[in-house]
Amino acid sequence: MRTEHRTRRVLRRIALYVSLTVMALPFVVPTLWMVASSFKPLNEIFASPPSLFSASPTTAAYAEAFDFQPFARQYFNSVYIALVVTATVLLVSALAGYAFARIRFPGRNPLFITVLVGLLVPSEVTIVPLFQMFKLAGMVDTHWPLILVTAFAAPCVLATFVMRQFFIALPVELEEAARLDGLGRFGTWWRIAVPLAKPALSAVAILTFLASWNLYLEPTVYLTSPELFTLPQALTRFTDAYGGEMWNTQLAAATMTVVPVVVVFLVAQRQFVESLAHTGLKG
Amino acid sequence: MTHTRPSVREAPTGASRGRAAPRRSRTSRRTDALAGYLFVAPQVLGVLVFVIVPVGLAMWYSLNEWNVFTGDLDFVGGDNYTAALNDPQLPGVLGATALFSGGVVVFNIALGLALAVMLNRRFRGVALFRTLFFSPVVVSVVAWTLVWGFLLQDNGGVNGVLAMVGIDGPNWLQNGPTAMASVTFTQVVRSVGINMVLFLAALQGVPKELYEAARVDGASSRRIFTGITLPLISPTLLLTAIITIVGALQSFAQIAVLTGGGPGLSTTVLVFYVFQQTFGFNDIGYGSTLALMLLTFVMLLTVVQWQLRRKWVTYED
Repeated sequence: MRTEHRTRRVLRRIALYVSLTVMALPFVVPTLWMVASSFKPLNEIFASPPSLFSASPTTAAYAEAFDFQPFARQYFNSVYIALVVTATVLLVSALAGYAFARIRFPGRNPLFITVLVGLLVPSEVTIVPLFQMFKLAGMVDTHWPLILVTAFAAPCVLATFVMRQFFIALPVELEEAARLDGLGRFGTWWRIAVPLAKPALSAVAILTFLASWNLYLEPTVYLTSPELFTLPQALTRFTDAYGGEMWNTQLAAATMTVVPVVVVFLVAQRQFVESLAHTGLKG
Repeated sequence: MTHTRPSVREAPTGASRGRAAPRRSRTSRRTDALAGYLFVAPQVLGVLVFVIVPVGLAMWYSLNEWNVFTGDLDFVGGDNYTAALNDPQLPGVLGATALFSGGVVVFNIALGLALAVMLNRRFRGVALFRTLFFSPVVVSVVAWTLVWGFLLQDNGGVNGVLAMVGIDGPNWLQNGPTAMASVTFTQVVRSVGINMVLFLAALQGVPKELYEAARVDGASSRRIFTGITLPLISPTLLLTAIITIVGALQSFAQIAVLTGGGPGLSTTVLVFYVFQQTFGFNDIGYGSTLALMLLTFVMLLTVVQWQLRRKWVTYED
């Protein structure tokens, strides 16, 4: 009786591992395949039967990626834009989220609802008028549209929402004590509230960085000079003179864009997942 | 002087209510309000300039036609709207949009919930599996889609593996139905990790005592799931559903990179069609009309979600 119970438990566990492993394949294999194929010469890319490892591994595709496009420059563009956007969003959303949660002022709720509209409007609706506006301002084919729109529209509104939820749930006593000691609103915010908001701020930082890093429509619309391109856009431009895909170069470039983010994720995995769970989306 | 005290206007949002320092002078309240306006000003102005004004402009464009020769807008009234009603391609585009968004939301929620339930236990390697299922989220959309595009070529990895077990796989991206299945599948696999994490957090928020009590009463695990787990995580369920569907309605990069809307129009969802009309055919007026249609869908969905929330959500803080 007891051993039978045990065997059933073990069998169940095995079934769990097997099904999880099978389910995990489409999540993991593409990334592995991408890295593996980036070291293959072009004639091995579509070898049949497929093999993860190359018979004659080469780094030629990596060199080609830098020869074909100003790839280092494009890499730098993506990184610096994402950093500027993230820093701006942290500041703007921490200020607005705090005020919407803590400070009473006439018109607070109408203003908050107005801001939330920014979360609902798809970027495809605003992109044409924004393009015309940026054209008037002489900002087409510069990084300004990518920075400004991401730093104030949807990603920032999500951040403001997350910060507001966080401050609403945060006990107010510490701030009241600080204010009784004569600290003004700004001082209270900067010295008391912001340090306490680290979990929410890190969630906001991660979400915003990813949003900027993934931006594709905006660069496609605004940028025409290859040295201004960002990574997602550059990745789609590895085609030969006949419009054929340069697969191994493309995969080498894609690997280079993925590796740093995956490394950061693996190192900071706990905070990453936890902060996501703390975005106030729990309901 | 009818001076409404701010506290009267306080919406019943709950947490920030009351407990403010008692009886502050009118001037301090006024400087506080000023501080409030200054704090929210960057965000409010940002939304005005980069969202509200553009939506207004889009409405204006939708009543105009772009004159290619003069580079001006010619007022045409409701012509663009009539054109939309008579656009022979639009029904197909809307069908593809419904198929794609519906498929993404159904599989994303179902798979996300299944993964969360499977991984909401303690066993060796659970952290590793959570990481694996979450990992595509950190791969950029374009890189992820490119790799799948590579794997789904006729002579690519997926068919190579199928050939090893004797299956002659289809040319995934060149047939309408398999192309649609491919964009849906790659999108779900890339983003389901986020929903899994949100569901895991929600599952862990369900009080353990409830499960124990139900088990003592002899409830089956299925009954426990439908009777306790689902109702208690229903707020998360609805919120993720709406976030997922709004996200699916905006999936541009996935489609542009994987299928380019093809073959034919089979994967041309509304977002992609808007892009084509505006930047491909330079038809700003018509593109704006279609974009406003997209906006209407999103707004309707949000309103529906809000109503459902009242009806369905059985538990809320």
